[in-house]
Amino acid sequence: MNKQEFLVRLQQGLAGLPQDDVTERMVFYSEMIDDRVEDGLTEEEAVAQVGSVDDIVAQIIQETPITKLVREAVKPKRSLRAWEIVLLVLGSPLWIPLLVAAFAIVLSIYVVIWAVIISLWAVELALALSSLACMAWGFMSVIRGDALQATAAFGAGFVLAGVSILLFYGCLAASKGAVALTKKVALWIKSLFIKKEDGR
Amino acid sequence: MDIQMKRGLLDVCVLAAIKNEDSYGYKIIKDMKPYIELSESTLYTILKRLEMAGLLTVWSAEHGGRLRKYYHITAAGLKRIDDFKEEWREIESIYRFVTREDARR
Repeated sequence: MNKQEFLVRLQQGLAGLPQDDVTERMVFYSEMIDDRVEDGLTEEEAVAQVGSVDDIVAQIIQETPITKLVREAVKPKRSLRAWEIVLLVLGSPLWIPLLVAAFAIVLSIYVVIWAVIISLWAVELALALSSLACMAWGFMSVIRGDALQATAAFGAGFVLAGVSILLFYGCLAASKGAVALTKKVALWIKSLFIKKEDGR
Repeated sequence: MDIQMKRGLLDVCVLAAIKNEDSYGYKIIKDMKPYIELSESTLYTILKRLEMAGLLTVWSAEHGGRLRKYYHITAAGLKRIDDFKEEWREIESIYRFVTREDARR
């Protein structure tokens, strides 16, 4: 084994220790090998004299307090969580309004879709009611004996009734479309969250 | 040998190795070799402990295109060696007492 291999294996073996400790150990062993080479040994011989990596790692781990190892093991997670908390707290003036805005946007999409549907039904209702009103006006005109007015009223009534019947099917189709669209929007919002979770 | 006792003895050995002049890791091991075998890992631990205790200081110097760490004994380190000599007299008298019992038999 040459010096490079020795140091790489040592670094791998000490992965659970704080980075500063690992670096210091590697500098120490590197110097020990270099000094032996300077003393006339080959690199392989020098590495062999320093000892087996496994034994060295075992001794170092044994001498390292368990608290240090545990602290090192939980450190990345903990610091990340602390980071997130700090970020969440510091960012709250930003992300809370953004979250509210996001909800408002989603809500407005639903409102816009259903406003179109409601207005369509309102037009439909108005047409149907005016049709009935025209019919009523026509009957009144018949009773009054005004043939011309009665014809005009019935004509308008039938036209309005026809349009309202056509529009009824239009409204029905639009409502179905709106329901489908609402479902699609809901699916899109869900997919946003799933993507976020995958990204984590 | 009792681990605690051996640790104390090795501390003094390493201090003695740098007593007269500043030395570096490999030289310390070489100098001690005729008297006591010391592994690199053990030496590292001892040097670290002595540095923490303020018994020696570390400085780096360039040597052959690389950095080498040299260890310098402090006043506290020198006192530690003197203390050890005092303690050893006590240990010697204890030893004489213990072996006197054996000699009587």
